[in-house]
Amino acid sequence: MNVHEYQGKEILRKYGVATPRGVACFSVDEAVAAAEQLGGSVWVVKAQIHAGGRGKGGGVKVATSMEQVREYADAILGMQLVTHQTGPEGKEVKRLYIEEGADIADELYIGALVDRETQQVVLMCSSEGGMDIETVAEETPEKILKIFVDPDTGLDRAEAENVCQQIGIPSEAVAEGADFLAGLYEAFVKSDASLAEINPLVITGDNRVIALDAKFNIDSNALFRQPEIVEYRDLDEEDANEIEASQWGLSYISLDGNIGCLVNGAGLAMATMDIIKLYGGEPANFLDVGGGADKEQVTEAFKIMLGNDNVQGILVNIFGGIMRCDTIAEGIVAAAQEVGLNVPLVVRLEGTNVQQGRKILDDSDVKLQTATTMADAAAKITAAVSA
Amino acid sequence: MSILINKDTRIVTQGITGNTGEFHTKQCLGYAYGKDCFVAGVTPGKGGQEVLGVPVLNTVAEAKAQHGVNASVIYVPPRFAAAAINEAVDAELDLVICITEGIPVADMIKTRDRMRKMNSKTVLVGPNCPGVITPDEVKIGIMPGYIHKKGNIGVVSRSGTLTYEAVHQLTELGLGQSTCVGIGGDPVNGVKHKDVMQMFNDDPETEGVVMCGEIGGTDEEDCAAWIKDNMNKPVAAFIAGVTAPPGKRMGHAGAIISGGQGTAQSKIDALEEAGVHVTLNPSEMGSTLKAALG
Repeated sequence: MNVHEYQGKEILRKYGVATPRGVACFSVDEAVAAAEQLGGSVWVVKAQIHAGGRGKGGGVKVATSMEQVREYADAILGMQLVTHQTGPEGKEVKRLYIEEGADIADELYIGALVDRETQQVVLMCSSEGGMDIETVAEETPEKILKIFVDPDTGLDRAEAENVCQQIGIPSEAVAEGADFLAGLYEAFVKSDASLAEINPLVITGDNRVIALDAKFNIDSNALFRQPEIVEYRDLDEEDANEIEASQWGLSYISLDGNIGCLVNGAGLAMATMDIIKLYGGEPANFLDVGGGADKEQVTEAFKIMLGNDNVQGILVNIFGGIMRCDTIAEGIVAAAQEVGLNVPLVVRLEGTNVQQGRKILDDSDVKLQTATTMADAAAKITAAVSA
Repeated sequence: MSILINKDTRIVTQGITGNTGEFHTKQCLGYAYGKDCFVAGVTPGKGGQEVLGVPVLNTVAEAKAQHGVNASVIYVPPRFAAAAINEAVDAELDLVICITEGIPVADMIKTRDRMRKMNSKTVLVGPNCPGVITPDEVKIGIMPGYIHKKGNIGVVSRSGTLTYEAVHQLTELGLGQSTCVGIGGDPVNGVKHKDVMQMFNDDPETEGVVMCGEIGGTDEEDCAAWIKDNMNKPVAAFIAGVTAPPGKRMGHAGAIISGGQGTAQSKIDALEEAGVHVTLNPSEMGSTLKAALG
């Protein structure tokens, strides 16, 4: 689960990590009031969307007067912000964060994530703040220092101080830098994060170490013990179809193509998308109905796929194990009748009770083609859609 | 022979009194030598009961002491699953297969760290996996037993139904399986592709391997490097997720391309470099291996 920058900073502050002071706002008037409340002479007006690259897309502006705060807030709120992570259609900005300006002497990078190879949390630290860390990793990997953290003993203080020094934190601020890393690690662990990225971390003119930005992803498996973070969920930032699907226990992800696919199992669902592409088609979605889908879930899955105007055909690929093919066939027939199927449908069933399943499909008056193998199914659906 | 499990394996089901645990234990009891192999169940506080004719105990240690179990399969709910793994590790079982999906990553980090610091000899398969099967001997997990056929091909996969697809293709081609191992779709787990590949290489009855990988992490790349230097049997591979967009979790917790790492192409390139027969067509996993066997 993703959270906004201002929510990430709330998490950080809870664990003693310094951030600029700021206020989240939903209107221009609130933004101006927030700036007045913060005081000072420089404010940053920041678009709050779940995507990186907001500054480059025009979603972050520095204001030096109340008029400018109003002007920028008015321009950013409601804009369709396009960044390298939003896709060309961009995302509508519905929230702002008004923050006090910072006196920036240097910009650094700190990111915490789970290293799958060592199975430990790793802190990635770099002098190259404000840049895309993937670019740094590719072009100057020597500028990224890694601290692997022992889950028993936590962050090693001496190692943290040493790394702070090496990434260019001035000696007067090294102790504060090490505190920052310790706080970030604690925030990461205590909030069950899968990613916590501070880019940039800044050193101020008076040698303070603060988080100028914050990006947190939270492990969805751990939300049962993170009630405060669950409250942070912003449905405006999620795909409506994906929300609808999750309410029915379906795992769905929208894609750009025109062939909808309904599959049981995540690996097989990806493989089905891949084979559609291999046969010259483009998948419209990833959809895993899970191990025990019933008629209602299959009907809902069809509704979601057909709700996508781009969909010109549907491929169902089920390998029955615990899920029986006759059950799924009944679901397909019922769903097709209920939703009034108006695009070509190809169904490939294999596994438990496959003969009964195929018979149910053959005996129904639903217009569909059956397929034996995945290749057969992919060939049939791509032919039907391009016809 | 086979790897990891055979008809002499003695198994305890952790979470046997839950719906899922009971349902799948019943299927496993009905497969091949299942009645000899599944000798105990564990649910804390329910010791003394019987489920499906299998005695229930309070702890894994008791199951080991009283019934000689050397392996466990775990169906307990996600929030208690890491503790269940720890219990089986503490009882020094040879093998623990964790089926449970949805365990917090932080819990698995602690459990894996604990295993390393104890120098534990226990082999962990999963979590979030379909289990392990040695056809015509024993099935430990949730896969449909009947699609399998005894033979000489090893199968290793991060997926469930995609594994069944691979097994089905092999069986249709007359290629039986020595053992099929689902290593699971989580980012922090037990055995990796590489570990299982090594076991298949050392198993005299395995003549070739089908490997199903997917986006996320670098497990397949690590396995490719190992294959290049060590493997003396043909390997066919399919990597799912060529069409998966970056930054999106594709169903499995571990199936995500992040920071440019974990793409299908990177895995395909590494495997091809290592001499693995990679197919881009998931309908041709079986036939690709058959061709490689010559």
